Amino acid sequence: MSHHDVVVVGTGLAGLTAAVRLAESGARVLVVAKGVGATHLSGGTIDVLGYAPERVERPREALAGLPPEHPYALVGADGIAAAIGWFKERFAAGSLAPYAYSGDVEENVLLPSAIGVARPTAVVPETMAAGDLRRDEPICVVGFRTLKDFHSALLADELGRAGLTARATELELVPEGRRDANSLGLARGLDDPAFRGQVVAQLGSRLRAGERVAFPAVLGIADPHGVWAALEHALGRSVFEVTTLPPSVPGMRVFAVLREALRRAGGTVLLNNVVTGAERSDGRVSALRTRVGLREERRGADWVVLATGGFAAGGIELDSRWTARETALGLPVAGVPGTGEERFRPGYFDDHPIGRAGVAVDRELRPVDAAGERVLENVLVAGATLAGAEPWREKSGDGISLATGYRAAELVLAASRTVVATGRAD
Amino acid sequence: MDVLGPLLMRESLDHCVKCTICETFCPVSNVTPLFPGPKYVGPQAERFRVDGEPSFDSSLDYCSGCGICTQVCPQGVHIAEINTQARAEMKATRGMPLRDRILGRPTLAGRLGTPVAPLANWTLRNRLARLAAERAVGLHRDAPMPRFAGRTFQRWARRHAAPAAARRVAFFHGCGTNYYEPRLGEMTVALLEHNGYRVEIPKQDCCGLPLQSNGLFDDARAYVRRLAKRLAPYAREGVDIVGTSTSCTLMLKREALEILAMGDDADLRAVSGRVFDICEYLLAMHERGELATGFGAIPETVLYHAPCQQQGHGIGKPALDLLALIPELRVVESDATCCGVAGTYGLKREKYDIAMKVGSGLFAQVGESGAREAVCDSETCRWQIERATGVRAVPPVELLHRAAGLP
Repeated sequence: MSHHDVVVVGTGLAGLTAAVRLAESGARVLVVAKGVGATHLSGGTIDVLGYAPERVERPREALAGLPPEHPYALVGADGIAAAIGWFKERFAAGSLAPYAYSGDVEENVLLPSAIGVARPTAVVPETMAAGDLRRDEPICVVGFRTLKDFHSALLADELGRAGLTARATELELVPEGRRDANSLGLARGLDDPAFRGQVVAQLGSRLRAGERVAFPAVLGIADPHGVWAALEHALGRSVFEVTTLPPSVPGMRVFAVLREALRRAGGTVLLNNVVTGAERSDGRVSALRTRVGLREERRGADWVVLATGGFAAGGIELDSRWTARETALGLPVAGVPGTGEERFRPGYFDDHPIGRAGVAVDRELRPVDAAGERVLENVLVAGATLAGAEPWREKSGDGISLATGYRAAELVLAASRTVVATGRAD
Repeated sequence: MDVLGPLLMRESLDHCVKCTICETFCPVSNVTPLFPGPKYVGPQAERFRVDGEPSFDSSLDYCSGCGICTQVCPQGVHIAEINTQARAEMKATRGMPLRDRILGRPTLAGRLGTPVAPLANWTLRNRLARLAAERAVGLHRDAPMPRFAGRTFQRWARRHAAPAAARRVAFFHGCGTNYYEPRLGEMTVALLEHNGYRVEIPKQDCCGLPLQSNGLFDDARAYVRRLAKRLAPYAREGVDIVGTSTSCTLMLKREALEILAMGDDADLRAVSGRVFDICEYLLAMHERGELATGFGAIPETVLYHAPCQQQGHGIGKPALDLLALIPELRVVESDATCCGVAGTYGLKREKYDIAMKVGSGLFAQVGESGAREAVCDSETCRWQIERATGVRAVPPVELLHRAAGLP
C-alpha cells in the first residue's frame, strides 16, 4: 500500500487546485480519479457569481446576501479573492506564460456566449478580455466554416438584438491535412504561423475601421498568448475569443497549466482509479480503496480532499427511489427533497430544489451528517460535490471549485503545521 | 465478486456523454485525418455495428490501440476495448492480411530467427530485403526491427542455479526478453535475487497480445489459455508473477479478460490477480521497506518515457520513483503520451508515417534533453525510440541493476 500526505480525489478544477497548492507547499500528493475532469468542458473563465438571482455586477457585494449553507458563505469573499490571486499567479508563472488572467471578485465583466448571450464572469484570460459587451466598439464575428458548432451569424444577430453593432464573416480555411476540424484542431492549426498567416490574409480586407474581432476560442493551445498577440498585431485591433462547445480550448489550457504545475511540484496523478470506499477508524480515514482495472488497491493517506464533482460527474448519484449517494466514501447527502416535498419546478431554468443537494460541510470543509455533526476528521470536501449551491443558475461553478479547492489545501496545511508545532503525531 | 460484471465492455458505451475529452488526448487523430477519433469510431459508430452485418467503417483500422482514450474518459467508457473488439470483427469479415498473421506471432519469428541470428539480423537490416518485404507483405522498409540475440533467455534460465531464498516469485519474461533481450531477463533475475527472492522461471510462450491487437481473437485465446495454464499453479500457491514486458503483463492482468472476454477461464482469473509489472512490484517492495536501496551513483542524465500501454495498468509511473533512488541520476520526464509504434502498428506500411508523427514530440524531447540514454518500460517502444533518435533506449531495470552494482 502506498502512503501519501494527501490523496486528492478528482482531477477537475477543485481537485487540481488543492493538489497543486499542497504539492507546492511540500506535501506528498497523490491525485486519483476516474478520468480527466471537467476543465476540458468549462469555458476557461472563473465565474464567481453571475446571478443572485438577478444579474450581478459586483460579486463581493452580492456574496453577502447568500444563505449560510452556500459554499461561498463558508469561504467568504476574502477567501475567494485569495484563491483568485493564487490562480492568476499560477498562470503568470505557469507553463503557458505569459498567457495571463485578469479580473477579481469586485466586478463582473460581460462576455458573449457562443450564442450571443451576455455572460457575467469575474476572472478571464487575456484572450477574452476585449469581448466585454459593456464596451461599445462594433464587433466582427469570425467563424470557420468547418467548425460546425460555432455559428458566427447567429452570434452576431443575437448581439445585434441586444443593441450592439455586430456582423459576421466566415473563413473557408482548414489546417493542413484536415478535411474537418473541431476547436482543438483549429487551435493546433493557429499555433502554426503559416496557418495564422492565411487567416490574416483572408480576413484583413474584410474588417472595417473601429471593429474589434471575435474568434471562437481556438487561438492556440501550445502558445495562446503568442497567437492572440500576433493576431492583434497583424490585424491592428482588439481580438478576443468566445467560448465554444466542448472540447473547450481555454479549459484545456487550465488543465495543462495546473497539471504541469503539479508534475513540477512532484505530485502524482493516477487515472482509472475509482474510489470505492475507505478504511476508517476513530472518525478518520486511514486508506482509500480504489478500483484499478479488475483489481482493488489501497492508498494510504493522512488527509483526503474529495473533489469528485456532483450529479453530472458521478460524484453524487440519485436512484429512482430518490435515495442519493456520495459515490466515493458514502458520505451523507444533504438537501434531497423528501417524500411529498417539491423536487422539481415546472420550468427548465427554474430553481429546482434537488439542484442544491450535495455533501454538507462545516466551516472547515469537513463533511457533516443531518445533525450537523462532523463525520470524518481528515476528509475535506471541495467543488461541485458540496451542497447548497446551484452553479448553473448562479454562474458560480468555477468560482466554487477554485475557492473551496484552495481553502481545502489551506486548511490541510494549517492543520499539518499545528501538528508539527505541537509535536503531536498520529 | 464478479469484477467483470460492472465493467462489461460494449455496454459501457451507454455512459458516453460525448464530452470529447478522449478526442483531445488521442495521439493518432491529432496527426492524421484518416482516424476521426476515438469517440466517433468508438461509442458513436458502435451503435451502428450490427451482429452479422458487415462493418463499413474502415477508419477503425487506424486506431493504434494505445488505450489513452480509456484512460482519460471521465465516465468509465472502455473506448479502446470497444474499438479493438470492433476491429477484430471487421477484419474477420474482410479478411486478414498475411502480414498481420505474421506480426501476431512473435514466437514463430523468434523460433525461426534465433538459430540463424546473424543471417536473420542481416536480412532485417538489408535494404533490398526490406524493400522486398514491404512490397510483398506491407512491412514498412524503415520500421524498427529488433535484433535476434542468437540465444534464448529460457536456455540461460535452465542452466541458472537459483540461490536458496525465503521468498518466491515467478518470472513472466515474454517473447521480447526470450529472443531479443535475454540480458534484460538476466538482470531482472539478478535484481530480484539481490532482494531475497528465489526466481522461478516457468516454461512459457506468447501472451497473445499481438494476435489480439491484430484482430486474431481465436488464435489469441489459444495462446492466453496455454500461458495461463503454465502460470496458474504459481498464482494458486500464492506466488506473485512479475513481468518485464509491460503490455504483456497488462494482457494477463485485464485485457484478455476484458477484450477477449475470457472471464470463464479459471486459470486466467487466478493469474490475473497475481501478475505485476516489474517496476510496480519493486516499488511496492520499496513501500513496504523491503527493497535493497544501497544504490551506487549514476552521474548521468536520462530521459524517461512512460509507454502508453503501461499507463493502462493505472499504476502511474513507478519507474520514476525507483529511478529517484539512484544517487546523482538526473531523470527528465517526457510528457509525450505515445512513441507511435503501439506494438506492431507502426511497423505497417500504411501506418508508419502516422506512427512517426505521433512519436515526433517524444523524439524531439529525447534530442533536447541531451540524455545519453532513454529509459522506457516497453520493448517495442524502446526499439522505436532507438530507431528514430539514435539514442540508446534501456529498460528501468537496467539502471537499477547497474546502480545496485550487480554482475
